[in-house]
Amino acid sequence: MIERKATVASRVGLHARPAAIFAEAAGELPVEVTIALEGSPADEAMDASSILSLMSLGAEHGDVVVLRSEDDGADEALDSLVRILETDHDA
Amino acid sequence: MNTFTGVGVSPGRVIGPVRQMPRPVAEPPAGEKWSSTTVDEETARLKAAAKSVQAELRKRGDSATGDARAVLEATAMMAADPMLLKSSNTLIVAGISAERAVWEAGAQVADMLRGLGGYMAERTQDVLDVRSRIVAELRGLPAPGIPAADRPFVLAAEDLAPADTATLDPEVVLALITSSGGPQSHTAILARALGLPAVVAARGVDEIKDGTEVFVDGAAGTVLTGPGDVERTASAIWAEQARSLGAYNGTCTTSDGHRVPLLANVGGGSDARKAAEAGAEGVGLLRTEFCFLDRDTEPTVAEQSAAYREVFDAFPHGKVVVRTLDAGADKPLPFLTDATEPNPALGVRGYRTELVTPGVVDRQLKAIAEASDGATTDIWVMAPMISTAEEARRFAESCAAAGLQTPGVMVEVPSAALTARTILQRVDFVSIGTNDLTQYVMAADRQLGPLAALNDPWQPAVLQLIRSTVAGAGAARSEAGPDGADAGRKSVGVCGEAAADPALAVVLVGLGVDSLSMSSRALAAVAAVIGSVSTAEARELAERALAAPTALEARAAVRAGLPILETLGL
Repeated sequence: MIERKATVASRVGLHARPAAIFAEAAGELPVEVTIALEGSPADEAMDASSILSLMSLGAEHGDVVVLRSEDDGADEALDSLVRILETDHDA
Repeated sequence: MNTFTGVGVSPGRVIGPVRQMPRPVAEPPAGEKWSSTTVDEETARLKAAAKSVQAELRKRGDSATGDARAVLEATAMMAADPMLLKSSNTLIVAGISAERAVWEAGAQVADMLRGLGGYMAERTQDVLDVRSRIVAELRGLPAPGIPAADRPFVLAAEDLAPADTATLDPEVVLALITSSGGPQSHTAILARALGLPAVVAARGVDEIKDGTEVFVDGAAGTVLTGPGDVERTASAIWAEQARSLGAYNGTCTTSDGHRVPLLANVGGGSDARKAAEAGAEGVGLLRTEFCFLDRDTEPTVAEQSAAYREVFDAFPHGKVVVRTLDAGADKPLPFLTDATEPNPALGVRGYRTELVTPGVVDRQLKAIAEASDGATTDIWVMAPMISTAEEARRFAESCAAAGLQTPGVMVEVPSAALTARTILQRVDFVSIGTNDLTQYVMAADRQLGPLAALNDPWQPAVLQLIRSTVAGAGAARSEAGPDGADAGRKSVGVCGEAAADPALAVVLVGLGVDSLSMSSRALAAVAAVIGSVSTAEARELAERALAAPTALEARAAVRAGLPILETLGL
């Protein structure tokens, strides 16, 4: 399993448009990715391609989230998602 | 040829094909089982339906712009959301039908979002909308909501809800016809705001087949199937007149030169700018609660001040009447209203919220005062739902403490109309809200279709109360002497939908009402009709209306004296 950390850059947090952009990108990846708030148990991680899961996660601007994938070859995929999280989509 | 008769609530004559508003999607029965041959077949059915709803929403998103597009895109993603499908599939595996499974899974998600509060809670409706769409798709029924269509149509429904109105595009909807609802229903208010012809409470129109061509006469209150040459000519004449009536030059006078200021009812800055473009002399009713609907916390003084300033800036040389928050009944604000009241219309609403949530009014007055700093607008402030002179006195004191010069109150409760003299000893002006005044004096809920005939501002009791208010203002004015009557103060305005009915507007002028406030769309028609009569003729028509024993006879008597209405098709 590999993981990446990212800080949510969008001012409204990870909902609305930023969540839609992120979920869509995660859904297009060939690997399954989960997302959780930093410090929460790994088994509470949620499907990163679900906009409803992302909304219920309630990640605010500045929160750190952890992305995980069981696929060890998913480095590039996770990096692409980190870039999306660290961009302010409301700007 | 079939004729359906209802109540005309917004004038205009048009011909077009009917499209029925689909009925709300009914809840699939609890415990409903699937009848597919295998679990996989049932989960595949759900997936196909979800994908198809998603594709439809995407398509609509592609043709939308701005916020509407963002909302549709996010909603499209919810439709085939992995979490929603996974929870549904768990239920399908247990034998539950796809329809019931997605219904329950959607409810769970909605509850969770509601629990998160704030922005997430506001998305609850989107999830429930997606759920209904998927169920409709599974059942092979049309999707809920206003139908999408390539060519303009007449929208028929039982009644429209405020939520439907957000998606109503006046470019494709020609007219509104409903089997329920009254003259003050949301359908009626929306139709007047958009300038669409509308007939409400016309029984049977929700049964007309899709595609049937109908003639709608929003002044006469009739809907006709299979229109002929007479109706085609009438609708062509209306189209021509609507174009020429479109312009209002910004000044309304009777034929003998008596000025009647025409103001606009607005809900915020963008409305106010439109009203200014349409020629309104100012704002007769700023519905401040419309700046803050969907908020679950009280807006800060700075936020409020910025919202009000936008409105003031639209009328640098005009008047703006700011109404303090009118929460309650059909316009709940979570931070002010108690949703569990048994009789919300008779409950803690309008100025009465000060009894249970003191301080909100003072903070709002502070925000208005801050917004007025440096503005050249003539700013008046009024409180809604005032019943006594004592409440008027308390409000005037609060205004004075905030440094606001011109306090007033709404006349919506019959007691205020009957005691206008003592109320106007304490405040500078009153504004009659005819919608609520009618519902209260007739004891008839304004949302109820069967009571539409009672909910008519032409009712003799309503006209008597307006006369009583004007008489009270006259008495207060002469008591106040030359100083107190300064700049036309102790004045009486009307800001209800009645002011937008050109015939009734003439009666109001005849009764001695000083100014009229309405949706911007109605300005041109009202000015044209008022301009066709002298002050003496308006008084004579008002007497005819007051003498009539019924609302129908009052309307007929006045309309008979205003031949211009027929000429203009109003």
